[in-house]
Amino acid sequence: MMNKTAPSVTGTSPQRRSFLKTLALSFAALIIPGIVVARDKLDKVKDWVIGDGYRPADHRWGMGLDISKCIGCGRCVDACKKENNVPLEPFFFRTWVERYRILSNGETLIDSPGGAINSFRADAPEETVLRSFFVPKLCNQCEHAPCVQVCPVGATFSTPDGVVLVDAEHCVGCRYCIQACPYGARFLHPETRTAEKCTFCYHRIVKGLAPACVEACPTQARVFGEVEKKASPLVRFLRMNKIAVLKPFLNTKPQVYYTGFDMEVR
Amino acid sequence: MNEFDPNTALSSIGGFFRRLRERWQRFPEQVKRLTVLLAVVVFALVTARTMLVPADFGKYGHYRASAVDEIVAQPIQYAGHEICTECHDDVAETKAAGFHKNVGCEVCHGPAAAHTEDVEAVQLLAPRGREGCPLCHEYLPSRPTGFPQIVSASHNPVKPCIGCHEAHDPKPPETPKECSACHATIARSKAISHHAYVACTRCHEAPDQHKLDPRSFRPSKPDGREFCAGCHDDGASGKEGIPQIDQASHEERYVCWQCHYPHLPEAQ
Amino acid sequence: MEELIQHLAPLVKEVVGYIYPNEIELHWGLLVVVYPYVTGLVAGAFILASLVKIFNVTELQPTYRMSLLTALAFLLVAPLPLLAHLGHPEKSFAIFFTPNTRSAMAMFGFVYAWYLMAVLLLEIWFCYRKDLILWAKQERGLRKLLHRIMSLFSSDVSERALRFDQKAVKAVTLIGIPSAFLLHGYVGFIFGSIKANPWWSSVLMPIVFLFSAIVSGIALVLLIYMIATPLRGKEMDMACLNKLASYLFYAMIIDFSLEILDFIHRVYESEESIEILAALVTGKLFISLIVVQLLLGMLLPLGAIAMAKMLQMPSDLKKMIYFVAALLVQVGIFSTRWNVVVGGQLFSKSFSGLTVYKTTFLGLEGLLVSMGLLLLPFLILYVLFALLPPWEESKVSLEGS
Repeated sequence: MMNKTAPSVTGTSPQRRSFLKTLALSFAALIIPGIVVARDKLDKVKDWVIGDGYRPADHRWGMGLDISKCIGCGRCVDACKKENNVPLEPFFFRTWVERYRILSNGETLIDSPGGAINSFRADAPEETVLRSFFVPKLCNQCEHAPCVQVCPVGATFSTPDGVVLVDAEHCVGCRYCIQACPYGARFLHPETRTAEKCTFCYHRIVKGLAPACVEACPTQARVFGEVEKKASPLVRFLRMNKIAVLKPFLNTKPQVYYTGFDMEVR
Repeated sequence: MNEFDPNTALSSIGGFFRRLRERWQRFPEQVKRLTVLLAVVVFALVTARTMLVPADFGKYGHYRASAVDEIVAQPIQYAGHEICTECHDDVAETKAAGFHKNVGCEVCHGPAAAHTEDVEAVQLLAPRGREGCPLCHEYLPSRPTGFPQIVSASHNPVKPCIGCHEAHDPKPPETPKECSACHATIARSKAISHHAYVACTRCHEAPDQHKLDPRSFRPSKPDGREFCAGCHDDGASGKEGIPQIDQASHEERYVCWQCHYPHLPEAQ
Repeated sequence: MEELIQHLAPLVKEVVGYIYPNEIELHWGLLVVVYPYVTGLVAGAFILASLVKIFNVTELQPTYRMSLLTALAFLLVAPLPLLAHLGHPEKSFAIFFTPNTRSAMAMFGFVYAWYLMAVLLLEIWFCYRKDLILWAKQERGLRKLLHRIMSLFSSDVSERALRFDQKAVKAVTLIGIPSAFLLHGYVGFIFGSIKANPWWSSVLMPIVFLFSAIVSGIALVLLIYMIATPLRGKEMDMACLNKLASYLFYAMIIDFSLEILDFIHRVYESEESIEILAALVTGKLFISLIVVQLLLGMLLPLGAIAMAKMLQMPSDLKKMIYFVAALLVQVGIFSTRWNVVVGGQLFSKSFSGLTVYKTTFLGLEGLLVSMGLLLLPFLILYVLFALLPPWEESKVSLEGS
């Protein structure tokens, strides 16, 4: 049997050529559906319309925080809890404000009592304060979000407009995302037992409103807008200031940008 | 030979299955049983997967597409400041010219979406006592300099804020609190320093507009060593008891405030 | 919810320094400590069995089937603590059906299923098939039925079939060793790949997990052998014990070296996190890390086994030393897991403060459930020993039937 099919001359026999052709075709048949599906998905995402004509593929959101403008009033924390039904107990925060006090002996005092929902108290440390400031914190909506990477079931995901969302319906509550978040921005909702975090008020931004924290900030320390479009307050913020992000060495590519940054901020 | 013959094709397919069956029969008994078991398990899993995975999972990416619709359906609480102007255009006008022009209405009045839905049923109030304003205006050393601050415990402790201040158009401070009202931390440092009795105006001249638009009209600062030397040079007359140096030779490459903090000079 | 708030409220006062406000709730508690401990025992026991098979270690033959059943008993329990700790155990199937291929944890389902189905059950089945058929022939009633079902109603005891069984066991063992490495190495990777957490994020994590798994698995088989043999009224095989103790010793040396390497590397590199980690190790983890894991769980048993090997002593004393050493190793490895899992969450990711963890007694995350989960495998093992006796004398020869 072997002898019958074996090529009699060296070089490519017609059988072998047709075999190679079939082989190439079957490989193509294996790969092409994958490419087609991926392309199809890309097209679908482009055509995706949410609510009243909001196209996520046309946007890219980010937030700028000007530390030198923050007065630590905590109105953002309050507004966030009210807007998003975050439990009022002082353990669950989508956003919070930290106070940094760097003392003349080199020590750094950081606090955020109750997330600063009722602002801060003017308790004076014993040492002289060298410099001091407030830092608002929230989910950094990372482009390379570690939480999205580790979610075992696809309950945490990045939308085409760059916002990281949680599907409470699908979340199994394993809390791997909470462990993976370098910024402490996630928590387990005590009632739903699913992961929660800042959504940039996704339900507001798709309707053209600013996130609640931005709406409630009295000093415009929070700037919200498109990262890429030219006429955006955020683009101006990025143009006019020296920008830093939190923990850049982790390569999470945050889309929450700070100016007036200090090396003690973590 | 290259002609397509359906009969040969069929018989070769038949041959393939026959050979497969022969193969299967030659398999050890164990393998047959395990293969059947494996087939049952795989079938059960595939069936379960088809039933349990949401239909729109993976439509746009590795997630449930309708989850986004559910998130977007969340009710809005904060209506946004634009909508307030539609009815309260008078207040908006007052506010637009004053210091609070960038403070959204809902910062003080609370979430207003319900009020915009039904103006009669849901009334909004602003804090009428002293609980609201100090959230922003209480003195905290960490607050940026230039932000108006008071110590509520000693600042007319029994009066409500709105008794003196119109919240929609707050006025710049009057004397004697001129500078310290906004530059509280500096004022407090200066108060415990040797410069306690040096008036702010001795070194800074503030244009009148500074009070109205502090970031655009900055107060002046001394422009050279000679200014400090007026008191601190050992040639200065009538200044006994003040630390003095020889202006000409003392660290001549620097201006004084590059090393000394004038609001809290190191000799406290 | 009320309960949680009441649990969290007093903890705030015990926080040292600054932690992010959301960090007050420690998310992976006792249950997640139990999970890597149990999987470690599985991997360890299986690797021991594989060594026996592949390298034909005759002294350890009496422990071969026992190790396999031990691995199975613990593997059946391994997913339970994970399930119990989920916010929504009823949705856990999603991890199989919509697995995120980028997630280390999503692979749990597949690694577990592969290990349980393709490795452990197969090896046990091929190993016991002949005995199952022969036992069933001599039995009646429920036992006969159970053995028939377990053999998948197989009946072929021909020379050829038995040879195939043996070949299959060898083949499965060959696949099994890397699989066991995968199973526990992967558990280490779940922690080791979290770049946000410097206590976990280490390339050594999978391999440290693996060797501590081997240590705990060998020690467990040693303990079970030393308890089960007298209970059956049999004499312990001293050669077998000595060999087990030697293997335990070698595995511990490797494990210890790896842990020390990790320690030295961290101290030498002295990265940003070193201060908070130093505060952690010398403070909140001092007892569980330095005293229990290092001194009681590692150095003491190492020294004891070395003494027993080097010095001439009566075999009863040797047995005693082995037994106590194996027990200490178990305690040590459990606190290793504790120090990794809980220790990694006791410091804030702001590197500016330490938080606290308080176990409750009752409740799913409580002490009682965890103790139950640690006892359950022994119960399962008891049933397995009864159904699939691993002892030499239980094997029936073909001629006898």
